[in-house]
Parts: sequence; structure tokens; C-alpha cells
Amino acid sequence: MTALWILLLPALGMVVPLLTAKWGRNGCTLMTALAPLAALLVLLQATPSVFQAIPIVSTFEWVPILGLSVSFHLDGLGYLFGLLILGIGLLVILYARYYLSDRDNMGRFYAYLIFFMSAMLGVVLSNNVVQLWFFWELTSISSFLLISFWSHKSDARKGARMALTVTGAGGLALLAALLLMADVTGTYEVRELLQQGDVLRASDYYTVIVVLFLLGAFTKSAQFPFHFWLPHAMAAPTPVSAYLHSATMVKAGVFLMARFYPALSGTELWFVIVSLTGMITMLVGAYLALFKHDLKGLLAYSTISHLGLITLLLGLNTQLAAIAAVFHIINHAVFKASLFMAAGIIDHESGTRDMRKLNGLFKYMPYTATLAMVAAASMAGVPLMNGFLSKEMMFAETLTQETLGALSWWIPVLATLAGALGVAYSLRFMHDVFFNGEPIDLPRTPHEPPRFMRVPVEFLVVLCVFVGIIPQFMVGDLLAAASLAVLQHELPYYSLSLWHGFNLPLLMSVVAVIGGAVLYWHRRHLFHFYGQFADRDAKQIFEGAVQALQTAMVAVNHWLDNASLQRFMFLLVLLALILAASPLLHLHETVGTQPQLALNWVVGLAAMLLIVATLLTVWWSHRRLLALIALSVVGLIVSISFAYFSAPDLALTQLSVEVATIILFLLALFFLPQSSPVIDSPFKIIVRDLGVAALFGSVIGTLCYVMLTRPLTSISAFFLENSVPGGGGTNVVNVILVDFRGFDTLGEITVLGIAALGIYKLLARIPLYMPTTDSKGHRWSQDRHPVLLALVSQSLLPLALLVSAYIFLRGHNLPGGGFIAGLITAVALVQQYVAHGVDWMKGRIVFNYQAIIAAGLLIATMTGVGSMAFGREFLTTWFDYVSWPIVGKFEIASALIFDLGVYLTVVGATLLILANLGKLTTTERLRAGEG
Amino acid sequence: MELMYSICVGFLTTAGVFLLLRAQTFPVVLGITLLSYAVNLFLFASGRLTVNGASIVGASEVYADPLPQALVLTAIVIGFAMTAFVLILAMRARADLGSDQVDGRSSTLRKHGNKARKERQV
Repeated sequence: MTALWILLLPALGMVVPLLTAKWGRNGCTLMTALAPLAALLVLLQATPSVFQAIPIVSTFEWVPILGLSVSFHLDGLGYLFGLLILGIGLLVILYARYYLSDRDNMGRFYAYLIFFMSAMLGVVLSNNVVQLWFFWELTSISSFLLISFWSHKSDARKGARMALTVTGAGGLALLAALLLMADVTGTYEVRELLQQGDVLRASDYYTVIVVLFLLGAFTKSAQFPFHFWLPHAMAAPTPVSAYLHSATMVKAGVFLMARFYPALSGTELWFVIVSLTGMITMLVGAYLALFKHDLKGLLAYSTISHLGLITLLLGLNTQLAAIAAVFHIINHAVFKASLFMAAGIIDHESGTRDMRKLNGLFKYMPYTATLAMVAAASMAGVPLMNGFLSKEMMFAETLTQETLGALSWWIPVLATLAGALGVAYSLRFMHDVFFNGEPIDLPRTPHEPPRFMRVPVEFLVVLCVFVGIIPQFMVGDLLAAASLAVLQHELPYYSLSLWHGFNLPLLMSVVAVIGGAVLYWHRRHLFHFYGQFADRDAKQIFEGAVQALQTAMVAVNHWLDNASLQRFMFLLVLLALILAASPLLHLHETVGTQPQLALNWVVGLAAMLLIVATLLTVWWSHRRLLALIALSVVGLIVSISFAYFSAPDLALTQLSVEVATIILFLLALFFLPQSSPVIDSPFKIIVRDLGVAALFGSVIGTLCYVMLTRPLTSISAFFLENSVPGGGGTNVVNVILVDFRGFDTLGEITVLGIAALGIYKLLARIPLYMPTTDSKGHRWSQDRHPVLLALVSQSLLPLALLVSAYIFLRGHNLPGGGFIAGLITAVALVQQYVAHGVDWMKGRIVFNYQAIIAAGLLIATMTGVGSMAFGREFLTTWFDYVSWPIVGKFEIASALIFDLGVYLTVVGATLLILANLGKLTTTERLRAGEG
Repeated sequence: MELMYSICVGFLTTAGVFLLLRAQTFPVVLGITLLSYAVNLFLFASGRLTVNGASIVGASEVYADPLPQALVLTAIVIGFAMTAFVLILAMRARADLGSDQVDGRSSTLRKHGNKARKERQV
């Protein structure tokens, strides 16, 4: 549970700052710090087991069937990062208390900070790759929130957007890599993955995995050429920079490389990509850092350079290099966080970060200046400081390289050059800011910061010095534990001490320091050289690229969807055509082996009628009434063909739906424009559409024929066998509907109800123009409800209801059932509407149709739930036979109640649609409209 | 028989798709209706054609496949609801936009409709 609690405590602590923000700045800070402090204590309490390399794992099942679990583990590497995240996090919380002004929303800032802290802890503690990726993306999101904290500044918004885009896109590449890794090795567990290095390296996907993986790591750790986002992220408040951009977030990339070092490294591919990228990043970062006038800009590029150094070390083919990488992770975090905080103090107390104005601050803030200079010395790699030790280890490792063959001597030379540049920009940070004459019109007179704002800097600087002098005592065990986690096997011999005698690495350090001093001394020439090149703003390039992409996408979207249903449908039909036709091309025979039925003249005649009626529907599509009549002929023949081909239920359903549909269309016709000009498509469009439609129709027809002439393998034998013993009904179709596939039916009547309610809503307050005359200009007939029709339909109603009751009751055994009975009832009632009008019906139908739909759905659902009360699955049916007088033996089944629900829903939905539409045609609506 | 059936399905599909590609709502709704006939017949055909074999236990010797029938039965009812929805949507669109066109062009008709609507509101 330890590993989980370390994450859970800060995650729960996220709300604390929001709740305590009103307690004032001190109270809020104090309360906010509690959760990370508790987590830090939990982490420290696990120290002995971590140092003895006892794994601490907590796993919870998540989706066991997919082999996914929520799993956390704490090993040396996770411990090291946990220490950095929580330790520096606490210092940053203290520092931010003094950095933020009264106008800043402190609760929100701390909440974001803790959110980020939790996400980062999640990354380093996750033992499941999907989960790791999830937290990885959370760090991108939370850092977006933190960078854009001062959201009124355009710089902050743009910088945040750039950081999110770059790291988020890298995250997607990482996800692909992690999923591929899991696929190759068959496990999602990080701990197991690390043991499968040989499998991964032997896999065909190895190259893809490494490239995608490194894309994720490089974007996060701002490696060249993805380094450009980091300087722009400096628009964040300085505590954020000190936390995210020195110690944690940007280290996530190198953490990832270190974490999967045993699984992925060890090949030429890895070494070449990683070491070269690291080397280039180190040089480019150091070079650019020298020319930045912004204090934080200098530190940002320096961070890029140092991240490059760590990457380089992870890409060098020795175990000692990996250990040096881990060591430099610690050292860089410590000195860079303190430098950022010092830069923040200078900014805070003098009002600017511009080094052209900041000069001679030593006399105004001697104490802070001393601290900053010690930290900068560590950044430069001056002896007695921690930065010196890991840098020297790096120099030593570059000497053993053979990656570049005979040109391998370039590596130590370039490393020394980068070291010299590092010394130069560190010197600039010290000399330019604290000496070098007098400050030039600063917004404020600088002075020492509040006492406690300096405490975090002091703490970190003291660490720098102590680690630099007595490294073994300070971080020996920690480094060993973390390195063990990175290498996954026994560590080679290495010595952590200040003095290793006169050797080549020492000489390289000396050369770097002297060279750096010389470079700084002649910086005028360098600045002149740098000034020759146009300063390209990454932000503008990035925003331009984003906008270009956006424009392109909008163009594609417009091309695809130009608000024309015709075009959209055309594309859709084409796509469907390709999908449906391509399998047919691979089929050798159109006709299958299934014996076919003989054609007789009745069927032939019906088919002819269908084709003619279809043609007429198309031909008359602008003469609406005629088209409707033709359409109803088509519908009739379809229902007759259902009857002919042994589907009486379908025939009954189709017939009653046909009546409802035609009434619906007639009602709608009333409102559609009587004399709308026919918008005839151009002839070539008609030809094109006809061509596509004919192609599509022929493909579907062929598909139908191919299917019909091939033998059937169906699961229906089961339904036929079990219908009577299992469902208690002989009408298999109905038993399937209300019993075997009852859950589907429940879903379908729900859709029906939703559609009816949607229509009800669409018809509400519809501003329709009601024609006063027909298309020929005749006024509507005054005799709206012919007496004869009224009388006949009224006397037919009881009969129709009786029929529907009969159809409903017999449905389980003979053609019929809830759907059909519901439609018959609905049609019978609609007939009354037609014959008598809405006003007449209004007084007689007292319930509203929404309630009927609701009741139907409720009954159907409760039948299902009812079976659960008897300890059965949802919608299990029960049936038995009873003898009634007169009727005789009669079956009662719970499926009948379910069918009642179906019946009511169908009645309610159909009437809701038709009656509401019909109501619009009457004076009823007018009165409502006027009122 | 199978051939005739398939020709009918293909013909209904052709007519449905053609009407679906028209520029006004009413033909589109007609097209949807025709297309849903075709779809239902096609789905029904997946159980093959049987004459005199209603799937009622004990009523005949050979039974038609009941499963596609059950599927098509609900499809017919849902198809009705869908047709109704599209039709009413078209009416609503005409009422709100003053046009029954779906070809994406802003037509003279629409302008005219808007003007008419404004006049009514005045």
C-alpha cells in the first residue's frame, strides 16, 4: 500500500488549497503543504526496503480479462524521483507563498501545483504502462494549466499551448510505443516488461517502438529539435519554472528513458539516436543560453543543455554512463531549482529579468547573490560543487566511446566544448547580474527578499555544496538504489568522490573552465557573430504552422461538408458502394448451390406491379399526392410478399405501419409548400445520380441474389426447438421478440418512445404557414367531418379494438403480438381523429400519450426486473397453463406482460406522432398560437 | 423466384438512393421510405425464401427462419418512427428556415420565405 499512499495523499490534497484559500496566505500554504509532507514521510519510511532493493508493489484488478490492472510500485528510481517531486515540491510551495502577489489566486495556483505533483508521482510510481501513460498526459495537462496561470498574458497562453501541443503529441507517440511493447511481450506490467528486453530487441517492431518511444521522451524532455517549447514555457510564474522546468516535468522524459533502459537500450539504434540527440541538444542549448538576455531564458536553454547531457549519458554504451546520468538527474534538479528560485527573487525584488538592465546587484542583495553564485558555480561544474562530479563522470565516459568509429574522439571534444559554453553562460549569470557596473533604470530598487523566501534556495545550495564535497555520504545509497533500478542487475564498480587524481577528465574540466572564461571575456565578438543571424521566434513559426494546419483542415472540412445533404449522401453512397462491391469482385460464381423456388405468374405480376409503382414514385416525386399513392402500392406489395414468403407477422406489421405512414405523409403534405418551384437538378447531375443509384442497386441486388442462392447456416434451429419448452409459445417470431431476444426488444421500444418524444418536441411551437386553399386555389371544404365516415368509423372502433385484443392475446402462439396489436389500436384511434376531428377526440381521450409510452416502457422493464426478484437473470420469463371456463386451457406467461409493455409503447408512440401532427391542422392550434 | 426477388430489391434500392440524392426534402423522405423497404426485404432474405412454412411450431413441416423475421419486425416499426422523425424534421426545417432545400445553396426561395415570415411576424 505504500506506493499507493504516496500518490493518493497528494491527489486527495488537491482540494485542500481551494478550501483553505480564504484562510489567508499563510494558512493556505501551511494546509497545502500537509499532504505532500505526509506523502514524503511515507516515502521516507520506505527508505530501508528501497535501499535493500525489496520491491514494493500494490496491485488492484481493473480489467482482468484484458490483463489490465491498476498497479503501483516503488523502486530505487521511483524513490529518487519521488524524493525530488515531493522535496522540491514542498520548497516550491513555501517559495510560491512569497512569490505570488495578492492579486493572484493562490488557492487555484496551489491546486494546479498539487495536481501536477500527483500526476508526476503517478508517472514515476506506475507499474502498468497504460496507467503510466495516463499520468504522463496528466502532467502535460496540468503543466498547461500552470504555464497559462497568468492567462491574461498572451505570452503565457501561447507558451502553454505550444507546450501542450508538443508534449501531448509526443504522448500519443509514446502510447503507441507502450502498446506495441505490451503487445510484443504480452504484459502491461512495467516490472515484467523490464525483464523482456531480449524479446523486445529481437522483435520486428523494435525500430518502430524505439522511434515512437523516443519521440515521447524527447518531446517531454525538450530534446533537439523539440526543444523550442521550453523557453516559451518560461512565461509561467517562476515557482512553476523552478518545479516543472528544472526538477520534474522535463525530467519525465529522461525518467522514461532510464525506466525502460534495460528493456530498450543495448542496440546500435538506441545508442546512435539517443547519444547524438543528446549531444546536439547539449551543444545547441549551451550555445543559445549564452545569448539570452532574459534570466529565465538563459536558465531555460541551460536546462535544455543539461537535459541533453543526461540524454547523452543514457545513450552511451556503458553502465557507468547510466549511473552518471542518474547522478546528474539529482544534481541538476538541485542546482537548477535553486537558480530558478534565485532568478525569481531577482525578478521579484528588482522588477525585471533583463540582464542588460540588471547589473551590480551584489551590493543590494549580497546574501542572495552569494547563494545564486554558488548554485551557478555548480551549474558550471566547478569543483567542490555537485555539478562538478557528474560532469566529470560524463567526461570520463565520453572518452571510452566507439560509437562514431575512428571519429569517436569528437565526442569528448564536443563534450568539452559544451562544458566550456556552460562555464561561459554561468559566468554571465554571475558576473553580469551581480557585478559589471550599476543597474540601469530598474523599475524598483532591489533589496533582499523576505526571510522565508530565501529558505528554499539556502536549503538547495547547501545540498549542492555537501553533495559536492562528501558525495558518498550524501547520496551514495540513493544513487546506488536508483542505478540498480535503471540497470536491473548488479552495479559495476564506481567511486563517488571529489578527487580522483590527475587524469584526463580533470584536464577536460580545467580546459572547459578556462575555455569558458575566455569565451565570456570575448563575449562581445560572440554576440556580434550571433547578431548576424535573424532571430527566429519559435512562437511565431509554431503559431503559423498551427494556423496553416487549421486553414487546411477547414478547407478539407468545407470540401467534405458544404452544407449540402446531396453531396454528403453522394460521398456516403460511394463509400458504401466500394465497401459492398469489393467482396463481390472476389466471388467466382453469382449463382450458388441452393435449390431455387419456381417462379409463378402471380409473383411475376406482383413484381411487375412493384417495379412500376416504384418507377411512378420516382417519376411523380414532385407531384406529392400521386407519389404517395404509388408509394402505398409499393408498401402493399412488400407486405403481401412477406405474407407469401411465410412471414405472417411481418405482413401484418407492414400493413398496419403502411396505414400509419400514409396518414402521416398526408398530414405532412398539408404543410409542405403547395406551389414550391421544382428545383430540377441539372441534367448531368441527374445522370450522375442515376448512374450511382443504379450501380448501388445492382450491387445490392446481386448481393441479395448471391445470398439467396447459397445454403443457410442459421442459429434458428435453437429457437425452433426451444420455443415451446423454453418460451411456452408456438409463434417462434413472437417468442424471439418477447423472450429470447427480449432485451433487444426493450431497447427498440425505448428508441421508438424517444423518437416519438423527439417529434413531439419538434412540433412544439412550430411556426408553420397553414395554407388556406389547396394548390388550385379552392378553399378547403367546410364539411370537414362527413357524417357517414364518422358513423361508420365510430361503429367500427369496438370491433377494431376487439381485433387488436385478439391479435395481442394470440400473439404468443399464432401470428400477432404486441407490435401488431399496438399498431392496429393506433390506426383505429387515428381513424376516429380523421373522422371526428381533434376537438371531438379531446373530450374522449383523457390520458396523454407520453404517459402511455412511459407506462409501456415501465411495464416492460418491470417485467424484466421482476424476474430478478426470483433470483433469475434480467428478463427471464415464466409461463404456465391454466384452465378458464369457456375459453379452456389458456397459457399465462410473464412474456405476455412484457408484450403489454410493447403494445402500450407502440400505441403511445404512434398516436403521439400522428395526433400531434394532426392537431396542427385544426383551429386548436390557431387558438394556442394566438394565446 | 430468387432472381425476381433480388431484382425487386435492387430496383427499390436504386429508386431509394436516387431519391435520396434529390435537392428537396420530400423526395428525400420518399427515398428513405423506399430504401427502408429494400433494407427490410434484404434482411428478410438472409433467412432465404420459404413458401408455406410460417415458423409456428406444429403448423408446417419446413419452417422459415424466424430470426430475420423477428429482426425485420422491429425494423419495420423503428423504420416508421424514423421516417416520421425525418418528415417532421423536414417540416420543422421548412418552418424555421423557410426552405425545403437540402442542397446547401441559399436559394431565392429561402430569401422569399424569410421575407414572408418577417411579414407575418409584423
